[in-house]
Amino acid sequence: MSSRSSSLAHRSDEYQVGTNRLGLWLFIVSDSFVFGALLITRFYLLGDRRPHLEQSLGLIVTSVLLVSSFFMNRAETAIAHNDRRTFLFSTAMTLILGVAFLVGVIGFEWRLAPFGPADGAEGAIFYMMTGMHAFHVLTGVLFLFVVLRNGLRGHYSAESHWAVEAAANYWHFVDVVWIFFYPALYLIGRV
Amino acid sequence: MRKVITVGLARGIFWQIIGTLVGIGMVTGVRFLMGLGWKAEPAWVLGAFVGAIFFMGGVGAVTDWWRWVKGERTLEVHEIHDPSGIWRYFGVSYDHKVIGIQYGVTSLILLAIGGTFALIFRTELAESGLQFLSFQEFNTLVGLHGMVLIISILLGIAAIANYVTPLLIGAQDMAFPRLNAFAYWLAVPGSILLLSAIFFGGFETGWTGYPPLSVRGPLGMQMFFAGVFLNGWSSILGALNLIATILRMRTSGMNYFRMPIFVWSVLATSIIALTATQLIGLSFQMVMFERIFGMGFFDANNGGDPILFQHLFWFYSHPAVYIFVLPGLGIISELLPVFVRKPLFGYKWVAMSSLGIALVGFLVWGHHMFTSGMQSYLRVPFMYSTLLVAVPTGIKFFSWVATLWQGRIRFPTPMLFVLGGIFVFLMGGLTGPPNGTVSTDLHLHDTYWVVGHFHNTMFGGYVFPLFAAIYYWYPKITGRRMNETLGKLHFYLMTPAFFVMSFGQMRVGLLGMRRRIADYDPALGFDLTHLIVTIGGFLIALAVLIFFINLIYSAKRGSVAVDNVWESRSPEWQVPSPAQMHNYPEPFEVVGEPYDYGLAGTQYVVFHNAEVSKGSEGSKL
Repeated sequence: MSSRSSSLAHRSDEYQVGTNRLGLWLFIVSDSFVFGALLITRFYLLGDRRPHLEQSLGLIVTSVLLVSSFFMNRAETAIAHNDRRTFLFSTAMTLILGVAFLVGVIGFEWRLAPFGPADGAEGAIFYMMTGMHAFHVLTGVLFLFVVLRNGLRGHYSAESHWAVEAAANYWHFVDVVWIFFYPALYLIGRV
Repeated sequence: MRKVITVGLARGIFWQIIGTLVGIGMVTGVRFLMGLGWKAEPAWVLGAFVGAIFFMGGVGAVTDWWRWVKGERTLEVHEIHDPSGIWRYFGVSYDHKVIGIQYGVTSLILLAIGGTFALIFRTELAESGLQFLSFQEFNTLVGLHGMVLIISILLGIAAIANYVTPLLIGAQDMAFPRLNAFAYWLAVPGSILLLSAIFFGGFETGWTGYPPLSVRGPLGMQMFFAGVFLNGWSSILGALNLIATILRMRTSGMNYFRMPIFVWSVLATSIIALTATQLIGLSFQMVMFERIFGMGFFDANNGGDPILFQHLFWFYSHPAVYIFVLPGLGIISELLPVFVRKPLFGYKWVAMSSLGIALVGFLVWGHHMFTSGMQSYLRVPFMYSTLLVAVPTGIKFFSWVATLWQGRIRFPTPMLFVLGGIFVFLMGGLTGPPNGTVSTDLHLHDTYWVVGHFHNTMFGGYVFPLFAAIYYWYPKITGRRMNETLGKLHFYLMTPAFFVMSFGQMRVGLLGMRRRIADYDPALGFDLTHLIVTIGGFLIALAVLIFFINLIYSAKRGSVAVDNVWESRSPEWQVPSPAQMHNYPEPFEVVGEPYDYGLAGTQYVVFHNAEVSKGSEGSKL
């Protein structure tokens, strides 16, 4: 009995990571309401119309983001097996692809779009949805930068890499959001 | 003086001012480089947000996280020992009880401010004709009265939930103590910004901030949005923390149906706050962007639709009502068995009814929009879902009545407020269906009837239970009891005054008095009722003033109460008051049902250090 009660007093690290995991998932549930509401806004205002956008660019940035999730998963699996080299390489790759996505959306798509944010519902929705998503990608990139920096200093191991796991799950979440946003903006409806 | 500078709050506000200037400078600098001149609105908006971020840094709410970013280790929570004394309440502490008090004091300050706003515009309304307020000032006061009190309620709930939940479930602290402190401190710059709206020209929309009026209003509108946005995030993060705490930190033996009933209501309320709050944040953010960047979400001339705002807004703001009342109803269910000395009737049903209200609450938002021009086929479904809320709420009432039935009832001050809360909330519930029914709502919408109705729900569901909770848990916090005479005076003054006020509001509403109108025609014959309503409002304020005096007076002079003053079975009363840091010297185990008052030979919790002293007896139970 006494061993059980002392383990309750100071819960194990493993238990704390489980709690952290729950916390992150709750955050993701909460955040997905923002993206859900943006999707609702898009269909409420535009219905079966869609903004006129650069199709090839949309396909490229989507591919970039999907590939980045592959490297993110590889990084997490690698550190879980103590493969430090693969972990660092894949994290860096994810980071680079994330930045490439941001350059593609903010640097090119925002310039090439034939409308500004003040030009009707198309403009408002396009800039709001891509902007909100890009903000999340940016926070993910910063998170990955921290993980990479601390990884280079030898911080993570197979037993203890909650930060890597959190960054990976967040990154996949932001990726999944784009899987809904991409068709909503680029594919569904008539121009 | 040096002490003041080292205090977190002072540093936070200092850095908030610096941050605001930095934000203003950033916008102005960029505009200057683009060859544009000074423009107040974007500068102040960015200033508001940068100021809030600087506040969080300055107060020290992100220090440990920054260490984690740098790859450094920080102390485990159970290794931290705060210094005692008053000053720790003015800076960052990770102790959930300190944070609970911080929330509570902030909430009561906002309660006083928001109540004062009401007294000012009520005085204006006491007589027809405009006496001393302009239309703009009147509208600003009405809007701020609403939103300041909503924030006060959110913080008050967070106060009770923070202080009590870990104690009730036998946890040392919350699941994420740093996040807990962060969530609290975020509310401080948020509330400062909200109140600052008054100095930026105010706003005209009331607390709902409907476009297109909110797109056109003065700069105060933006400060209102920014303040609510930050407070919304505070609420979301607090709710996340509470859910994780309840799901992960319960002591051994406490399965879900042996949790104190208040914990169930906190869980239900946190589920709503976690998810729905995002939508008010987003809808306000969209209006901010519409104002700054001209994005036409809600502008019918620019491809938008103002009805969309109402959908997004009420998707939060109706469930928000259940965020406000569920913890209060939980407090009623929690305290009632203690003072009735009987088991809580239908524990599982009461627990499930909280979740039921939370769930149904997500499906009813359209009843605020019956007259808005929303698609008319949506009206009837929303009417039915709205009336469905009466079912889980009715379960709670049946439970309370059945719990009271044949009880050996005691009537100390907390019990008076529990009973008052039940009665006032019943009035709120009975005056609700006419608003939820389409045919009657077309007549009642935007009248003072609605004002009377929701003041009944807010007082019955929040204010009365809040006072009950404060009178009840005050000895746990301070080791002293609040003065009974002043407490009873508070109750017997506030309750009739409240009924005078709210029935008066309903009366003028039924006669056709509109909400949020600064003036009315004397020929309508409202003058006398409005005067009575105003007097009722001032009497409530007087009662609350007595409460504040009692609160401060009893902290030093109250009768000492270190033991189980209410003879409760709840674990927090089994250890001496005031509660110590990290709550319990030894974890306890749950061995029975929580509310089996009056049943011989039953036990809820067993402390293992008690087991040592009693020999083998403890382990058999």
